[in-house]
Amino acid sequence: MSHLPQTHKKEPLVRIVKRDAVSAKKAWGIRIIGLLCALVVCAVLIFALTKLNPISVYTSMFRGAFGTARRSWQTIRDAMMLLCVSLGLAPAFMMRFWNIGAEGQILVGGVATAGCMIYLGDKMPTPLLFVVMFAASILAGALWGFVPAFFKAKFGTNETLFTLMMNYIAIQLTSYFVALWEKPFGSNTVGIINDRTNAGWFRPLFGQQYGWNVVIVLLITIGMYFYLRHSKQGYEIQVVGESENTARYAGINVRRVIMRTMIISGSICGLSGFIAVAGAGHTISVSTAGGRGFTAIIVAWLSKFNPFVMIIFSFLLAFLDKGAAEIASKFNLNDHVSSILKGIILFFVLGSEFFITYKLIFRKSEKEIAAKEEK
Amino acid sequence: MKKLLSILCAAVLLATLVITCVSCGGSSVSADFKVGAILIGDENEGYTYAHINGIRTAAKELGMSDDQIIWKYTVPEDEKCYDAAIDLVEQGCSVIFSNSYGHQSHMKQAAQECPDVTFVAMTGDQAATSGLSNYKNAFTGVYQSRYVAGVVAGMKLAELVADGKLTDANYDGDNIKLGYVGAYPYAEVVSGFTAYYLGVKSVVENVTMQVTYTNSWFDIIAEGTVAEALAADGCVIISQHADSTGAPAAVQALQDKGQVIYCVGYNVDMLSVAPNAALTSPTNTWAVYYKYAIETAANGGTIDTNWAKGYEADAVGITALGSACAAGTQEKVDEVVKGLKDGSIKVFDTSKFTVGGATLTEYLADVDGDFAPDTNAIWDGYFHESEMRSAPYFDIRIDGIVENNNN
Repeated sequence: MSHLPQTHKKEPLVRIVKRDAVSAKKAWGIRIIGLLCALVVCAVLIFALTKLNPISVYTSMFRGAFGTARRSWQTIRDAMMLLCVSLGLAPAFMMRFWNIGAEGQILVGGVATAGCMIYLGDKMPTPLLFVVMFAASILAGALWGFVPAFFKAKFGTNETLFTLMMNYIAIQLTSYFVALWEKPFGSNTVGIINDRTNAGWFRPLFGQQYGWNVVIVLLITIGMYFYLRHSKQGYEIQVVGESENTARYAGINVRRVIMRTMIISGSICGLSGFIAVAGAGHTISVSTAGGRGFTAIIVAWLSKFNPFVMIIFSFLLAFLDKGAAEIASKFNLNDHVSSILKGIILFFVLGSEFFITYKLIFRKSEKEIAAKEEK
Repeated sequence: MKKLLSILCAAVLLATLVITCVSCGGSSVSADFKVGAILIGDENEGYTYAHINGIRTAAKELGMSDDQIIWKYTVPEDEKCYDAAIDLVEQGCSVIFSNSYGHQSHMKQAAQECPDVTFVAMTGDQAATSGLSNYKNAFTGVYQSRYVAGVVAGMKLAELVADGKLTDANYDGDNIKLGYVGAYPYAEVVSGFTAYYLGVKSVVENVTMQVTYTNSWFDIIAEGTVAEALAADGCVIISQHADSTGAPAAVQALQDKGQVIYCVGYNVDMLSVAPNAALTSPTNTWAVYYKYAIETAANGGTIDTNWAKGYEADAVGITALGSACAAGTQEKVDEVVKGLKDGSIKVFDTSKFTVGGATLTEYLADVDGDFAPDTNAIWDGYFHESEMRSAPYFDIRIDGIVENNNN
């Protein structure tokens, strides 16, 4: 027999409840509020740490990214790179296949491209060279995507670990080729490839150095939109992502979908390696991917795999990168200060996704409850 | 005490000499002239720190304000260097320096695109062959100060021999063993360790030297490990061409345990990590070049495509002598520096070394930067280092020096 005291069970202060569908308008409202909150927190931090005027810091961030034509084009170039990788990741993540191996897929694509530029640069007419580079990067990326997919489909291996491991292999492979192609001997850098002939470099398009980057990536964007939203294969990807069993009942060959999707995912990531080497850096190193393989995951998720929304988030991240670099050099801050700002902004942007999916219900005060009971 | 005082006096004298010489000749740089600096590291890394100091000193002497210099720290040797260069152009810089060898091809690309801005790839070797009028290289004749540091080490070695401090383990046959921690098997490193070795040899004839590469410019652990391995093999003095304090710290620890061992650092004074073991460090006085380059560019002049000066412009030197140095070292150093300045001493005097037992009378070096030998660099009885291009091209492996791991 227990004599437990009769305690009134207290309601928790805050409850987290999943929202029903949120209108697009409200979702974007929450996102913008999140961004504003981030700017306020950063402003306080900027002032506390550096005593600089936050408004002038923000102004120079914007100038750093879009201040001049050349800067704008660099921001566009970076956004396009990030967008391309995100587009590659989208089908895999939509299928709930955790492809965190984009970094490696970009690298092998880049290595394949650099190899073609080095060995075939002066042996082929330009159009043929581009076809070979294009194909080589896609094949390399596809292989890097296919291997983990094959093992997942056949033996049910964990794709998260597998794709991650493939990154390390790709990094080591890149190191090997950097040492093989290093110029000069012992320097551990490849330098600018074909700097005298410019063989295998993207030619300017409409007078713009990065014109081709934009055209190629936007074409993939449109293609991916229709592939994911309006094709049978896109639908299969969605069903496999929702539930493998459902897919099986519906007669979808899950293994084939996994392998096919990862080949596509890897190909596009490999292609972004092609763009990074032939269209932007003209060099290859272990930092060619530069963490984009991971940043792109954020872009893909934030955009809910909508290719057109990805454009917005790619620009946001490229802008933050360029802006952060600008304030670091303009105000003579340490690089890390700008990384902190970038981190805070990303934190709030990601946080706003939480408030879009969930809402907080606060415990009602006793007065309110009493008022309710009186009625 | 008296010795210390005299050393101190000499150091102060030397310093004032350098400062007065550098500050001679009034100059002006207009307030809207901007300079960009692309650096492989930041203040925490000795090599870059020396460059930062050089630029700051130069700017101060030219009466420039802080906001006339725009810094880009920790820029890797890849496409980010190009981005940084373009960004500096956009911020209005008229002359842009990069301080690491691997930056050069990215600097060259930026130079191609921005013909109105001057780009200087410090330590680079392709300016002369690039065909660009706005792309420059510069280096110091640091091989000269390495030679002087070698003389300091040689004096110590002579003292150790005279005092009977060396054991059989320190000898390889009749030769005393020296050790050297090298970064990469570049000409830059080969030129440096050969100059140092010849400096030692100018004082103590019977020496042999082992070189072990770490394949990194800055790896505090690897440099320490290599130094320990060289010490275990009996090397008496260990020098380095790598940027960390790993080797001096390891040598100090061994000396504390009773081993007879000393070290010669690089770039920065190593006395803070090896107070009893460090003899000196050869250094670059980058301010001399930066002042010349900024002043020239700001006044509409043309910077030398290949600039390389040593003691003749006080662009190199050695740090304050450690208390472990042998008596009379300072006098000897002064004498050697004087000889280098007036040309009576040539570091790479071909009568002082042999290759395969024979004296060299000619040697084709790679001067044009295509990694194939092309130009004879030996005439008048010595190897003409850094005269035909600023970056070192002495890559001869001479007798008496053994590379442990050049593969």
